Amino acid sequence: MDKQITAYTYFGEGKVVVNKRLIFYQEKIATFAEFIKSLYKQEQLSYPKFYKMDSLSKLGFISAELLLRNENPGRFKPGSLAVVLANSSSSLDTDLAHQESIRNRSAYFPSPSVFVYTLANIVIGEICIRHGLKGENAFLVSEKFNAGQLEEYVSDLLDNNHAEACICGWVEILGNNFKALMALVEKDGSGAALKTEFAPLPFTEAAMNDLMKVN
Amino acid sequence: MKPIYAISENIISSLGFTATENTNGLLNGKTGIAVHHDNVLYPNPVVLSLIDTNKLEHSFKAVLDKYKKEHNAGSYTRLEKMLILSISDAIQGLPVRKDDKKLILILSTTKGNIDLLEDRYTAKFDHKRIYLWALASVIRDFFGFVNTPLIISNACISGVIALIKASRLLRSGKFNYAIVAGGDIATEFVISGFQSFQALSPEPCKPFDLNRKGLSLGEGCGTIVLTINPPETGTSGILIDGGAVTNDANHISGPSRTGEELSLAMNSAINESGIVNTDIDYISAHGTATPYNDEMEAKAISLSRMNGVPVNSFKGYWGHTLGAAGIIESAALIRSMKSNCLFRSAGFETPGVTETINVITETTYKPVNTCLKTASGFGGCNAALVFQKA
Repeated sequence: MDKQITAYTYFGEGKVVVNKRLIFYQEKIATFAEFIKSLYKQEQLSYPKFYKMDSLSKLGFISAELLLRNENPGRFKPGSLAVVLANSSSSLDTDLAHQESIRNRSAYFPSPSVFVYTLANIVIGEICIRHGLKGENAFLVSEKFNAGQLEEYVSDLLDNNHAEACICGWVEILGNNFKALMALVEKDGSGAALKTEFAPLPFTEAAMNDLMKVN
Repeated sequence: MKPIYAISENIISSLGFTATENTNGLLNGKTGIAVHHDNVLYPNPVVLSLIDTNKLEHSFKAVLDKYKKEHNAGSYTRLEKMLILSISDAIQGLPVRKDDKKLILILSTTKGNIDLLEDRYTAKFDHKRIYLWALASVIRDFFGFVNTPLIISNACISGVIALIKASRLLRSGKFNYAIVAGGDIATEFVISGFQSFQALSPEPCKPFDLNRKGLSLGEGCGTIVLTINPPETGTSGILIDGGAVTNDANHISGPSRTGEELSLAMNSAINESGIVNTDIDYISAHGTATPYNDEMEAKAISLSRMNGVPVNSFKGYWGHTLGAAGIIESAALIRSMKSNCLFRSAGFETPGVTETINVITETTYKPVNTCLKTASGFGGCNAALVFQKA
């Protein structure tokens, strides 16, 4: 059976889409912080560590939360679910905050709770902690969303038995500009057949590009 | 598995600008870690391993000449100069065609041109250069490579992931050559951050030692060239074999309590290579010299039943070079294999982890045929990669 996208989430233009269904919309987003807080409340999420996260991790965390909401975690063997994410600006959003804290030698306040988020892959770590994922990880950086690069990376993991399934996508944020697309890709989509809300899509570069566009 | 050959390697660190200069430093027991009083880098004296700036500028001008480029050294950042120098050294004399459509550049870095956030640079460089893809483009364009570079930014395991991914890309037939380069520089950004974690050692770091007090930061850069083409007969071929990546799913800034997940990565890499743990002659560990990291690694080595396998950390020589670490430590491992020499783990005197592991206390010559490189990093990530002689 071909690799399939069995679930996805999309964040952009004030919309949050989960498996083709619009679940949240704000016509005018004042700040990312406000947007993500409203979404967190609407979805009645409860995860105290969320408040400590930087924006990139918050964006990735909630994407994964909505992506896996109706999943049975036991469906995947331990260590067989990989996470491969990408973006354009790495952790620049938090890098700027850390740099600001050391700009002035007479008010020098570097903080470990900020500094730890100056690595792009921390968002992967947060998702792995929340869902107990011990599989392959990679954080890639490209100028623009590169569906071909992601498709190659994930297909290689699944085709060569480095993983059975993979959470993959794009999580980009700088200031109040953000966009995210996260997909659950499975080698064998049959386990997802019980899900009635969303018909799995073939996992291709074109399908990933379409999901980024049509929402 | 289809054999993937590592045919050339470069290391740029405080110990030198080529793999040979660096291994000579290792043989002579030199360490490049020292106290630096540089107010630009940090308000207080700090223990670091730094690259010689004069030597960098001088060497970079020679590379500009070699590639018939204009003498505009000022338009390249410190990291760009290091990366260009490293790749230029690594590909020298190789049958690598810059316009080869089957050649890919893979770049490993945690912070890239992060120094460009400092006020002194904001007017000097286009603000876009802070993006890792812009850094990669500068390197690609310098050499004229045609494919879009693949950029891995996955904390301290970036370099090992880059090598694993490179070998997988070659094995799949998508490329014939992979130039895997990694680098990170010492900046106030990184120093102040690790200092805020109280993770920096007040003296040169002492991996696996009882009196280890944290890590020493280093700047570094390295390149390894991989190919599907066997090297000429008569030269000792080094193969990159199985590799694996795992996550602890435990803590974003602290390692696993059990070492189970690093052990899992090591076992997977060994299994994929079609060998067993008793085949491993040597482990080049991550060995940052923070109390928790080294303890976790010792537990992982023990869980994988490799307590007797000689192990070292190169961090006592050139510090923790972040995105370069996986590349330059693998390059040093390759040199160990080629010369059948196991380097002493600098800074180690008294065993300081709860599991018994075989830390190398004296540089010794013995057959080194099958080796394991490991790395672990923030975000709970671990990676392991097997090297074998062809």
